[in-house]
Amino acid sequence: MPKSPGLVSWKKLPIGMFILEAGNSVKFKTGDWKSMKPVLDKEKCIKCGQCWLLCPDMAYSQDEEGYYISNLNYCKGCGICASICPKGAITMVLEEV
Amino acid sequence: MGKRVAKEVSIAVADAVAQCRVDVIAAYPITPQTHIVEHLSELVNNGELDAEFVTVESEHAALSVCIGASATGVRTFTSTAAQGLLFMYECLFIASALRLPIVMVVANRSVSAPISIWNDHGDIMTMRDAGWIQTFSENGQEAVDLVYHAYRVAEKAMLPVAVNLDGFIVTHVVEPIELLDQELVDRYIPPYRPKYKLDPKNPITVGAIGVPEIYTEARKALDVALENSYRTIVQAWKDFEKISGRKYQPVETYRMEDAEVGMVIMGSLTETAMNAVDKLREEGKKVGLLRFRLWRPFPYRDFLRAIGKVKSLVVVDRALSHGSTGGPVGIEIRSALYQSNKRPKIVNFVAGLAGRDVTVEDFIEMFEKGYTYMTKKAPFFYEIYGVKE
Repeated sequence: MPKSPGLVSWKKLPIGMFILEAGNSVKFKTGDWKSMKPVLDKEKCIKCGQCWLLCPDMAYSQDEEGYYISNLNYCKGCGICASICPKGAITMVLEEV
Repeated sequence: MGKRVAKEVSIAVADAVAQCRVDVIAAYPITPQTHIVEHLSELVNNGELDAEFVTVESEHAALSVCIGASATGVRTFTSTAAQGLLFMYECLFIASALRLPIVMVVANRSVSAPISIWNDHGDIMTMRDAGWIQTFSENGQEAVDLVYHAYRVAEKAMLPVAVNLDGFIVTHVVEPIELLDQELVDRYIPPYRPKYKLDPKNPITVGAIGVPEIYTEARKALDVALENSYRTIVQAWKDFEKISGRKYQPVETYRMEDAEVGMVIMGSLTETAMNAVDKLREEGKKVGLLRFRLWRPFPYRDFLRAIGKVKSLVVVDRALSHGSTGGPVGIEIRSALYQSNKRPKIVNFVAGLAGRDVTVEDFIEMFEKGYTYMTKKAPFFYEIYGVKE
């Protein structure tokens, strides 16, 4: 999580609490409350990209070797990737605190 | 000046909306409806109004479409009543907090159950806390004028406006009505150019999450905006007077100058109550009337000024607030007075539910109760007037 900016005066909020900066959600790491996280078995992975395509939080991106890896800062642990993976290469395991 | 033409009020309201050059109209015309959106759909269909008319699957969707469209920086309109307004409920709070200048005309009707299609203020009073500017008309001409006023105010204050007119009693009556000349409307309501809007070329986020660290501040900002809109509202009426010759103010008074018993009322029943005032005045009784044209933001100072030195105030509510200490208007007035030094006795009636007639004689009887409780407290928080025991 980024450091909390603390309280902001109501006078400084843009009208309607609009956020005027595009793509700002990158700064807000929402993955810290998941209870399960996806773990990839590279032996089984065929790099088909189904997990990347279907991840609702767009947490997946390709690494240098072409594997799709979930960025746990944004993954909420929904398990869609594990359930869609045609090779059963993704397992949901309990997030250790 | 425009010509006075006999028109059904709903049709005239729709014509005024069209004159305001709305871009998007979304509506779900379930029974009971008025001819407001029906006439607008005809205008769009006939090519007389260049607007998108979105036929949605519910009122919830109607207001949602207006919210989305308004966020893209266009002028929007919807109209509803009773159950339809209740179905919009969650979106009402979103429209105001996102500061979207949507204009909605509400044909005030009672809410189910029992099923009713008749007039009272049971629907609109449920949205008194929703952060909208809310105005109430007494007749068709005023309803039309409040529509023009609504667009001017909404886009200056960046808040949604609900214009109220009594269902059936006002919406379906044929009245001589003067619409403004188009040229005057265009001057009064210039093209809408918001500072921020949803635009792919310059992306922004509308409707983000408000974590506990920011929600309070976001709501405070809305609260202040609504309070500050008072000045915009009054100024817009002054500007309207210049182009139309018709003068409007937040609180309308009738023979209140030296009144000892005052009556507070909203909507179309006012005209009947005026007759009761005239009759009682002929008998030498010092009675007067005041009507809230502006309900939100509550015109506290205008109200205190208007009541003068009355000894008792008869507050006639058109809605119930079940299980509370008064009708919605009664509660508001008791609260407002407690912050002031004025202490008139309050006699709160709830009358005219679901189109039940309230006659001149009924108003005279209510005024008489005002005299009865001028020196001693009324033994009730509120009374449902005329209920059959």
